[in-house]
Amino acid sequence: MIVLRRLATALPVIAGVIVVTFLLTRALPGDPAVYFAGPAATEQAIEEIRHRLGFDRTLPVQFFDYLQRLAHGDLGTSLTTGQPVTTELLTRLPASAELMLLALFLSVAIAVPLGIAAAMRPGSPVDHACRIITTAGVSLPTFFTGLLLVYVFYYLLGVAPAPLGRLDVFDSAPPQHSGFYLIDSLLAGDFETFRAALAQLVLPAATMAIFTLAPLARITRAAMLGALGSEFIRTARASGLARHRVVFVYAFRNAVLPVITTLGMVFSFMLGANVLVEKVFAWPGLGSYAVEALIASDYAPVQGFVLMMALLYVLLNLVIDLVYGLVDPRVRLEA
Amino acid sequence: MTATLRHARYVLSENPVTAFAFALFFLLALCAALGPALAPFDPLASDTAEALTGPSAVHWFGTDQLGRDIFSRIVVATRLDLGIAVTSVALAFGIGTLLGLAAGYCGGWIDRIVGRAVDTIMAFPLFVLAMGIVAALGNNVANIVYATAIINLPIYARLSRSEANVRRNAGFVEAARLCGNGEARIVLAQLLPNIMPLMMVQVSLTLGYAILNAAGLSFIGLGVRPPTAEWGIMVAEGASFIVSGEWWVAFFPGIVLMSAVFCFNLMGDGLRDIVDPLRRT
Amino acid sequence: MIGDGNTVPLLAVEDLGIEFHTRSGTVRAVDGIGFELRRGETMALVGESGSGKSVTAYAIMGILDAAARITSGTIVFGGLELLQASERAIAEIRGRELAIIFQNPRTALNPIRPVGKQIADILLRHGNVTAAQAPSRAIEMLARVRIPDPERRARSYPFELSGGMCQRVMIAMALACAPQLLIADEPTTGLDITTQAVIMDLIAELAASQKMATLLITHDLGLASEYCDHIAVMHAGHIVETAPTVALFAAPHHPYTAKLIAATPGGAPSLDTLAAIPGALPDLRRADLPLCRYSERCERAAPACLDRPLPHRAVGEGRGVACHFPL
Repeated sequence: MIVLRRLATALPVIAGVIVVTFLLTRALPGDPAVYFAGPAATEQAIEEIRHRLGFDRTLPVQFFDYLQRLAHGDLGTSLTTGQPVTTELLTRLPASAELMLLALFLSVAIAVPLGIAAAMRPGSPVDHACRIITTAGVSLPTFFTGLLLVYVFYYLLGVAPAPLGRLDVFDSAPPQHSGFYLIDSLLAGDFETFRAALAQLVLPAATMAIFTLAPLARITRAAMLGALGSEFIRTARASGLARHRVVFVYAFRNAVLPVITTLGMVFSFMLGANVLVEKVFAWPGLGSYAVEALIASDYAPVQGFVLMMALLYVLLNLVIDLVYGLVDPRVRLEA
Repeated sequence: MTATLRHARYVLSENPVTAFAFALFFLLALCAALGPALAPFDPLASDTAEALTGPSAVHWFGTDQLGRDIFSRIVVATRLDLGIAVTSVALAFGIGTLLGLAAGYCGGWIDRIVGRAVDTIMAFPLFVLAMGIVAALGNNVANIVYATAIINLPIYARLSRSEANVRRNAGFVEAARLCGNGEARIVLAQLLPNIMPLMMVQVSLTLGYAILNAAGLSFIGLGVRPPTAEWGIMVAEGASFIVSGEWWVAFFPGIVLMSAVFCFNLMGDGLRDIVDPLRRT
Repeated sequence: MIGDGNTVPLLAVEDLGIEFHTRSGTVRAVDGIGFELRRGETMALVGESGSGKSVTAYAIMGILDAAARITSGTIVFGGLELLQASERAIAEIRGRELAIIFQNPRTALNPIRPVGKQIADILLRHGNVTAAQAPSRAIEMLARVRIPDPERRARSYPFELSGGMCQRVMIAMALACAPQLLIADEPTTGLDITTQAVIMDLIAELAASQKMATLLITHDLGLASEYCDHIAVMHAGHIVETAPTVALFAAPHHPYTAKLIAATPGGAPSLDTLAAIPGALPDLRRADLPLCRYSERCERAAPACLDRPLPHRAVGEGRGVACHFPL
């Protein structure tokens, strides 16, 4: 029920997203048909494209066509590869997803304990380290961090592999089940490939994680400080409850609520930073697809990319809302 | 007013880091203002004999693949980067604040429309939306400014809306109304000055974000074209040399970029401490 | 004297001094106070806001703020010197032998944990119950504090309960392990009048049935007089008078006590004769505080009050007063 209600509130947002992406496809200066036909097109080809993509009809009709095509999963065709955009996006999705999920995991695994430790020992070196990481982390341009990491760990120290994508030239991808190399290689029992894939993943995931770790650590620290200073913690201490219970069951569970909300911002950033990180590390995911298309003035993939990322973001926010509702009974029960 | 200044001075003295940020800001502003006059070399002059030389007494930050002096290019780029950031934030602030004030103060259908527009913008991952807008409108610097302005608009709209909402029935607003002031005048002359301190904090923080955004867009090849000097595109040009060890081509523009963003973030934090210490985290 | 006649006090506070270090100076919140409480007795610490009564309670429980420093004194509870004991020893008795309930019950409870589980947590920590027994014991406690439909209520969250019910839950948590001393810090401020009476009656009844001593912290002298056998009046970090309740009202010996009684509705014959107490608490950050902190508000003040150390005169059976010129 709650799921349905949340879905219902997401519908107007999705509608807005579709309208905006439609407008973006029609906002190109000049004749859109020329863009979609490509630079080498003849007059006749342009006319054909114009008719096929419906540019010669009125705007509302075009919108309706757009909706129809979306309903069939048709996001157009890429000029440079000649493939349907939808297929290419879906093929590349696992690469980006694997990267983002690992980055999220790294980020949370570092930021949350750091924030808790900083809150429990105010004024200590841990606290100061947390403050520095928090302020510096949000100032680091993602693409720059990536390059720095490559320089230090690949060029200087030689411990990281070359930033050439998901796997080294000599390794081959494991048999496809999920598209996630880490999972697929484990499923096939192939530890060599697993290690190789992981080695390639570490630097790009770390690059993304460094940026998102900052707001997460900051919010965790602030939320824990707030929770630890609150009246119900005083009651818990006065009842003689064991320290770890007070900190983790009582304080942390309350502090985790604003952290969950911050994840929304983290996802927004990750979906964008995806583009930058994939360019630096030659990662064959959604971001690099969009960038290559952009440089080649191939617009259908770019628009498909924007739409897909937006829908992914709406979906992720929905998940965050639901998780929040699970943790906070006040939201669940007052609904 | 002097009480604020005194408090400001107290905060700055307690927090040397914040004072440092303000100093750095002045340095950047100076570079932006004086630009080419400060550059020892012509940022566009290429000298292939000197290509890819490391930092030295002559070329403080080394030279790039076309033999151009990196230090000069960075100094000149300051004007462009700060210009893009300031213009887009000014647009976002101006339009966003007015829309938000109108929405929060008047309520009704204005509120609903503005709310819907803002929610729609925020439904996108912001960098992706900026990419989409630049791709749609055309690949040039002006569109980078517009795209960055659009994605930063919601923050101002929401902030001014909630502040206006809280204050719209406050005593001083009622008093102004009773004195016969028109609604528009109340919004501009009474509400706006009241929320300015908070908005200024937000402006400083957004400036940092706007610089990162613009640099990110130019890193992937949008907006700025070679041979223009801009921090993001310089990092992009230097990226291919990292794996062969010529680190300075990407490093110095990146460090300067990072320092500028850091500076604005620290200033924003410092301003927040001056304006509203309760919101400190 | 009620109780089992045991003459060794359950709780003995002596010469307790507490300071707070703040940005604007050091606050000498409590200065050289002492009192005793025997098993089964009910005593009230009465005073205006800022008189140091809550701070004293927190010091006894060991839950003072990090900015607080105990500068002097001893607190002996059941033979254990609390201020010297290890953190471990204190955590053992806290919640088991020694319990506290707070003002604002709803904020004093964990908002995202069912109340039954909060009681069970305490039982698991201190009582000899297994994890399987704890939930039903928690329901029993809820029934003892007269919460209707305790099985369903055990699964409720604090925001689903009224203020009075939240306070009952707090009482259930405090009494779960049958402590020997219950400290009640303004337990009814924030509840409506009828609920106040009901909650105080509940506490009194449970205390009597368990032979539990009660230390009531309150600003309401009327409430103290109804429910407590002994009253200690506090002013600006000093205890100015202690006496059995009846004796205190019959013949107060400290000028402040007399003023308090006159200011209490019920103590005065009519609203017109309700007196206000002139002045206000002195700023406890001052370095030049007079040795009798009431002297600046007192009509009977003399030069001796400012610089002669405050006496503690015994003036009869179980009575004491800190004044150079008692009434």
